[in-house]
Amino acid sequence: MADLEQFRTETRAWLEANCPPEMREPVRGEDDIYWGGRRATFKNDAQKAWLEACIAKGYTVPMWPKEYGGAGLSAPEAKVLREEMGRINARPPLSSFGIWMLGPALLHFGTEGQKQRFLNEIARGEIRWCQGYSEPGSGSDLVSLQTFGEDKGDHWVVNGQKIWTSYADHADWIFCLVRTDKENKYGGITFMLFDMASEGVTTKPIKLISGSSPFCETFFDNVAVPKSYGDDVPAYVGTINRGWDVAKYLLGHEREMISGADGGERQAAIGAAMKRHAAKTGDDIDPVLRAELAMFDVDALAYAAMGEKFLDEIKVGKAHPAQPNMMKYAGTELNKRRHELMMAVGGSRALEWESEATEGGKPAKNWLRTKANSIEGGTSEVMLNVIAKRILDLPGA
Amino acid sequence: MPLYHNEDQAMLADTARGFIAEEGNIAKQLRHWRDRNCKDGFGHALWKQMAEMGFTGMLVEEADGGLGMGHVEAGIVLEEIGRNLTPSPFLTSSVLAATALKHGSADLKGRYLPGLIAGDSVFAVAIDETAKHRPERITTRAEKSGNGFKLSGAKSFVIQGASADMIVVAARTSGADDDADGITLFAVPKDAAGMSHDSVRLVDSSMATHTRFDGVELDGDAVIGEIDGGRAVLDAMLLAGRVGAAAEGVGVARGAMDMTVDYLKQRKQFGKLIGEFQALQHRASHLYSEVEIARAVTIKAQQLLDGGSTHAELMASVAKAKVAKTARLAVQEGVQMHGGIGMTDEYDIGLYMKRDRALAEFLGDAFYHANRVAELSGY
Repeated sequence: MADLEQFRTETRAWLEANCPPEMREPVRGEDDIYWGGRRATFKNDAQKAWLEACIAKGYTVPMWPKEYGGAGLSAPEAKVLREEMGRINARPPLSSFGIWMLGPALLHFGTEGQKQRFLNEIARGEIRWCQGYSEPGSGSDLVSLQTFGEDKGDHWVVNGQKIWTSYADHADWIFCLVRTDKENKYGGITFMLFDMASEGVTTKPIKLISGSSPFCETFFDNVAVPKSYGDDVPAYVGTINRGWDVAKYLLGHEREMISGADGGERQAAIGAAMKRHAAKTGDDIDPVLRAELAMFDVDALAYAAMGEKFLDEIKVGKAHPAQPNMMKYAGTELNKRRHELMMAVGGSRALEWESEATEGGKPAKNWLRTKANSIEGGTSEVMLNVIAKRILDLPGA
Repeated sequence: MPLYHNEDQAMLADTARGFIAEEGNIAKQLRHWRDRNCKDGFGHALWKQMAEMGFTGMLVEEADGGLGMGHVEAGIVLEEIGRNLTPSPFLTSSVLAATALKHGSADLKGRYLPGLIAGDSVFAVAIDETAKHRPERITTRAEKSGNGFKLSGAKSFVIQGASADMIVVAARTSGADDDADGITLFAVPKDAAGMSHDSVRLVDSSMATHTRFDGVELDGDAVIGEIDGGRAVLDAMLLAGRVGAAAEGVGVARGAMDMTVDYLKQRKQFGKLIGEFQALQHRASHLYSEVEIARAVTIKAQQLLDGGSTHAELMASVAKAKVAKTARLAVQEGVQMHGGIGMTDEYDIGLYMKRDRALAEFLGDAFYHANRVAELSGY
């Protein structure tokens, strides 16, 4: 405990010295998030300085081992770092699907050669990854996916289409589920890694109801994917035809992430902020709305405690392996409710689609965005199915 | 501190679970005493056994003969009490009254704590004066009288009031009814002249009283804590009690849920186990999710309270409200998914519904505590 307090003191001092004031402001727009990659540009010097300081310290991926670009922090140390960053509202220096998804898969299933190469690239923000999972005919029933890689000896020729590929149009590489055996549903999928600049890859952004296009359709037209990128660096994670194991492992991570389990309680309750917000526009909060806000805050603060408990338990292997599904279900349903209430408090002002006061319709756009929360990464209904089957052990589930 | 039980607490949980399932189960306690129309509504023999297990004095300081444990530990016992619907004086005596007595004089502690620890004494608390919990308003008056006080007024929802050897009474010694200050807590012995009980059986078969104080003469040494400074003691007692009631509610919710999920795996209709129907699976999964969350925030509140955190009050109200909502969901889904037999007295699921109703009302329901969350958050 004394060591941990020492670590806290050091971390606080390091953050004080290295986190620029601009990086302690709330994230206001997409361009405030640094995603890295070959084509990335910094919004300002502060963003660059903050990233570089974190890379040098291993803090873009604090819990990864030092040899792969991390800081090798223990779980309690990482919690302290999170708390201290939260205390000063420090922005994450780097966001990426490489950190959240591919990295954990490689740490678990990757070869040493893959870890050396890909993890270090991810930690330094050099390569931006996207995830090729869903297909037009394979949403909730992901395992029915059809994108096919024909075996040509030293390479595959991949044909097919992915959908809902987040930021595919900005990504450098893709980790992609490809069918390599048509006879074997679960045991015929390979988890491939390849360059989005490969010939035959095209992307087409999908415009959403929020007006933004975070997702793409991604087409593969005779894309040649080599089986290896060098000594001990295969182009697939795990084993050929056993990619579903990796995908399932990663879905756990994705659900955990979407659940906002580590969001912390400071972001959870909204009632007080809503009252201040209403006061600014000279509005009062209706007593019935106040009651709904209070009930929401009860649920949100309770959920924040659940998030804390879940993360604590995961670290020592106490959490039920299917618990991320429960977190994802509860967290996303809560977030939808949060934005419904924020819209209610915002009134007609929150309806503005293009105005300075709303920074370009942010309340409405954020509200619409949350509707995807309970669809992406497994729908709420799929989560409930999984809980019924794996946790409650209900028959025929 | 991680939000799960440490090794000692996990061991205590194992012990408590085994013991209460064996000795405190529904057939042996709740139904047994209910069917005999027991005037106490609980069994003294079990209370004595709980003393032998070390439960009765777990929150009492070691210096005062107790185990000096915290609310996480008390919550462990309460969760099992909730799961088994065990009628016992634990929450009122070992949590609420014991917390008040922490603020009492050495003389008061010496008078009451040994009996509690030994399982010979039962204590009650008299706070509410109307049908809804509203401790902000105290109208029962204690007037100075010689070296002591004269207590006048009426209290309601005094759980096990008629069985209690001592009742902790919150009374006003100065100021107006709604003032925060001017409250004094008294330890009123059972034989106090002028105290009378109107005993009623509640929906969950527990016993409560409407208690009247008609000029009850009390010595100055019946005062718990400071004269006129009782609000702090009352708040500490309410805080401990609410966190404890939340833990018991988690047990009620888990008990009802487990029973219901088991039933889904046994009952057949349309040639199938009803647990195969997705309409029921999704409801059960949603319930599971809510129960997990309610349990997490309850442990959070216990830890904050044990750590002396300033957030404990907010989180206690979050926990009490969340548990009240969740246990309500658990018992309603429980009865509905049991179908017709869920309405019969023979099946236990209905007993969970009754207990939830009474427990949720005790020390403030979901509405009271959600409102409190709003107030404590500044809106």
